[in-house]
Amino acid sequence: MDSVKHKLIKFRNSKAFTPLLALIFLFIFNFFYIDGFFQIEIKDGRLFGYLIDILNRGAPLMIIAIGMTLVIATEGIDLSVGAVVAIAGAVAASLIGGEMQITPAGEIVYETVTTVPVAVLAALVVAAVFGMWNGFLVSSLKIPAIVATLILMVAGRGVAQLITKGQIITIYYEPYFVIGQGYLLGIPVAIFIVAAVLLIVGLLMRKTALGLFIESIGSNDVASRYIGIKEKQIKFIVYIFSAICAAIAGLIITSNVKAADANNAGLWMELDAILSVVMGGNSLQGGKFSIVSSVIGALVVQTLTTTVYAAGITPEVNLVIKGFVVLIIVILKSDIFKEKLNLLVQRGDRV
Amino acid sequence: MINKILSTKNLSLKITITLFVVSFLICSLIYPGFFSWQNFFNLFIDNSFLLITAIGMTFVILTGGIDLSVGSVIAFVSMVIAFLLQQGLNAFIVIPLGVMIGGCFGAIMGLIIQKFKVQPFIVTLAGMFLIRGLSFLISVESISIKDPIFNRIANYHIPIAGGAISVNVVLSLVVLALGMYLAHFTKFGRTVYAIGGDEESAQLMGLKVGRTKVLVYTLNGLCSGLAGVAFSLYMLSGYGLHAEGLEMDSIASVVIGGTLLTGGSGFVFGTLFGVLIQGLIQTVIMFQGTLSSWWTKIFVGILLFVFIVLQKVISNMKTTKNEFNN
Repeated sequence: MDSVKHKLIKFRNSKAFTPLLALIFLFIFNFFYIDGFFQIEIKDGRLFGYLIDILNRGAPLMIIAIGMTLVIATEGIDLSVGAVVAIAGAVAASLIGGEMQITPAGEIVYETVTTVPVAVLAALVVAAVFGMWNGFLVSSLKIPAIVATLILMVAGRGVAQLITKGQIITIYYEPYFVIGQGYLLGIPVAIFIVAAVLLIVGLLMRKTALGLFIESIGSNDVASRYIGIKEKQIKFIVYIFSAICAAIAGLIITSNVKAADANNAGLWMELDAILSVVMGGNSLQGGKFSIVSSVIGALVVQTLTTTVYAAGITPEVNLVIKGFVVLIIVILKSDIFKEKLNLLVQRGDRV
Repeated sequence: MINKILSTKNLSLKITITLFVVSFLICSLIYPGFFSWQNFFNLFIDNSFLLITAIGMTFVILTGGIDLSVGSVIAFVSMVIAFLLQQGLNAFIVIPLGVMIGGCFGAIMGLIIQKFKVQPFIVTLAGMFLIRGLSFLISVESISIKDPIFNRIANYHIPIAGGAISVNVVLSLVVLALGMYLAHFTKFGRTVYAIGGDEESAQLMGLKVGRTKVLVYTLNGLCSGLAGVAFSLYMLSGYGLHAEGLEMDSIASVVIGGTLLTGGSGFVFGTLFGVLIQGLIQTVIMFQGTLSSWWTKIFVGILLFVFIVLQKVISNMKTTKNEFNN
């Protein structure tokens, strides 16, 4: 009995509690207001339904949120993820560059410049280089992370437009669509990608000392340096990792919409990612972090988006709601607010 | 002599001014028709809204803060102005209203930053999305401004030195003069520098740190509101996607103009040259003809990077020298 109660208290205090509560609240709302929200159908051996849709469409955000969690855990921030999404998409699309051609025999053939693995690898490598740039600015030059990544946030879209030559590149090559539209065992491939990233990062963070190092840097980077943690290298790696996560998301997005749009791919994604991390109970001041609760946070954000779409409200309202939610959470989490709340509670006790 | 030029605290600003003059002269040699008063005035005409918002940003950065919401505020103000003018409201009511809206947003964000001790970037980042979203709530489409009074103000040209400038230019230069006065000749300005230098010391000295910080964000909000008016006069339309990424141009202007990103040191006057250099890049790309518009973003990014590194080098030089003197 006692251990059950103990576990419940532990769960109540865990980071995952608040986002789960928010998710359940949204689900209850949707259960009443959206018809067939919990229905899952099987068509042609594939699962369909709102829940699958949320998981599938939320995949890019979940992956970016994982990378962002690690950056924020070192007391940093990465504003450039949206731009990196666009760059990675542009690189992959321009390398695949499929063209539809009709052979003299009347057959339709899709030509590609390179194969899918090469395009995917190239996109990841290019993103990693931009991640190194961010990491270099923050760890070696000690530029505040907001400004360092702001440079890439704006200039990065310019780079993406440079790669696509200012046009939207349409992809015709079908094998590439597997990433964002394919199904494996009836479940969208994108969900498997999320699971894989989550598993790898989770193992790295909890089974090696890397997670502890990151938390230590976020709590006190000077002290961490004195006890021999290679603070510079770890900060550097964290930004590379965030960029790679953004690139994977970019690949999923371009594959899903069959095009690379330098202007709109990943637009405003940085806010969604930060919102997911903050909603997951992770502090912007760095330190202790939980990847799983960030992923749940991302699901909450995606559910919110899906709800707005399903309810038929203008999608732009999303920006307002999300901006508002970030402000509220940040205020609720501030030390001053907690102090005031505690004072109120104490006064209540005395009465 | 060389030591005197290199050692003073405004080395970064001197480099910026030299860079601007030299590049303007080089461009004049390369491109025929580049060197003219009108082309020089055009730098001011095309960037007056940037100058206005960058002056507000200078104060914010001087306190060691940052405001990422300025572009969104400009978009929202342009949208409100376009919408209200479409509804038939008088331009002379709508214009002050636009400025006030900006001031209100700034004040709210400043209050949240100060009262709850939240980092400025997250509050203004949330504000950036919130306010841009609000402008889409008015309309998703772009609204063009057809109001006769507003159009007359927009098209009014003041002849000067064989060329002409727009009302916006006068507006931005007035804001520049006011900004310089506020920063260098008032108690408020000295408090701003003190906060940027060391907030705790400023507090211990008995300066009104909290009030000044809220006022700085309000001032920046007012500037972005006014920049929104200038932008509407320049574009003659309101649109939710207007002025995207302007926050970066604005921050870049301040940094290139010689203000330290960590706060406490810099000049309002320098920001003018930060704006002019960016304007010059745009003009050169236009004159060059074959380069596409997105190169501007990339060049500004590179320039911002170079100047941040320059700041690091200068501040490192200072610390080593101080150690040597001691």
